[in-house]
Amino acid sequence: MKCDELADWIHPFVDGELDLARGQAIEQHLEACAACRAAVDKIQNLKRALAEPPHYYRAPETLHDRVRASLRSNSRKRAEKHDIPWRSLAIAASFVCVAVLSWGTFQRSRSPSADERIAQQIVASHVRSLMLPGRDVDVASSDQHTVKPWFNGRLTFAPPVKKLDDANFELIGGRLDFLDRQKVAALVYKRRAHVINLFVWPTADPFASPPRTLKMDGYSIVHWSDGDLTFWAVSDLNEGELREFVDLIGK
Amino acid sequence: MREAAEAERFERMILPHLDAAYNLARWLTRNNHDAEDVVQEACMRAQKFFGGFHGDDGRAWLIKIVRNTCYTWLERNRPRTAEIDFDEDKHSEANPGAGPLSEAQRREEQSLIHRALERLNPEYREAIVLRDLDGFSYKEIADIAGVPLGTVMSRIARAREQLEKALAGHKSEETNREM
Repeated sequence: MKCDELADWIHPFVDGELDLARGQAIEQHLEACAACRAAVDKIQNLKRALAEPPHYYRAPETLHDRVRASLRSNSRKRAEKHDIPWRSLAIAASFVCVAVLSWGTFQRSRSPSADERIAQQIVASHVRSLMLPGRDVDVASSDQHTVKPWFNGRLTFAPPVKKLDDANFELIGGRLDFLDRQKVAALVYKRRAHVINLFVWPTADPFASPPRTLKMDGYSIVHWSDGDLTFWAVSDLNEGELREFVDLIGK
Repeated sequence: MREAAEAERFERMILPHLDAAYNLARWLTRNNHDAEDVVQEACMRAQKFFGGFHGDDGRAWLIKIVRNTCYTWLERNRPRTAEIDFDEDKHSEANPGAGPLSEAQRREEQSLIHRALERLNPEYREAIVLRDLDGFSYKEIADIAGVPLGTVMSRIARAREQLEKALAGHKSEETNREM
């Protein structure tokens, strides 16, 4: 191994991240090269300096107490509300194939086929809402202060409802829908003759994800998550304008 | 009761990592008050989603939530002025590999590294904090920060280069002063 090749791998080498073969090649080189040895020493000294106590902020005792207290009160509150995921899973299991599959592990991100399955349901719901009269909204209003509270008591979460008239997206209203094995909110907007259905429901994992686009049966679909809620927007509007809509919703 | 068992599992898997959570939050938000608020919010979100966590290592999972909560917090709230909270009185072990530095010199170098770390941009700072202060692996850091392994490697390399530069800059000032 030459010095300039070693320079590419010097940090993962010092951090113990290299495979055996490369690690050994570097060790051999170091035996004969004082310059590279000095470079390695420099990094090791820096790491040792960073490991010293003044740089590490330990959680104050008050924070330990605060967190423990709020976790205990939260779990008590949820036990009282019977709003515990594992309990509702047990109940759901007796009716439908349970949503356990949608609770991803930390390592596993949602597979493209799961996204496709949801996209199919999204398109189906969108098309149905356009086909049958009165199927598009349960609450017809262009006032977000009418639409948003309508969901209280009908859903366990509060979907954000924005008025986007200034940007030429007219709020038509909202309705309840059923997607991915749960009750979701559907918000209906219109630009020119194009209807946009925006579906909102609570996320299965707490990690935000940026907007992703897909096309299905000629419809444009954009979906994203803010870590609390997952959003799916579908329309026959062109992708550029749908993205415009998504940006305004996401702000 | 299932709930009690889950609550106990949560406390066992997550609470031991409160220090790592606070350390990262403090380095990213740069003041105690915000760091505490962020950690509390992150723990509540972790509790909410704990039913979906089936791994063995709660530490990386919790830290990822803390990191995301930090960045959301920083976007939403105007950050308070950064506190320079370097505690010089914290006892530190003598560095066995170091030369014969005086106590004052060593303290000054520590303070320098601390300030240099504070001045790194957030992506570099978080890479060094996660790697050299909390000992996460490159793969764990890639998962936590949501970037590829190669990006983690280059962030760590660049961050260390910048820290070395800050130290070297000071040392040359020192020698100039002595001359």
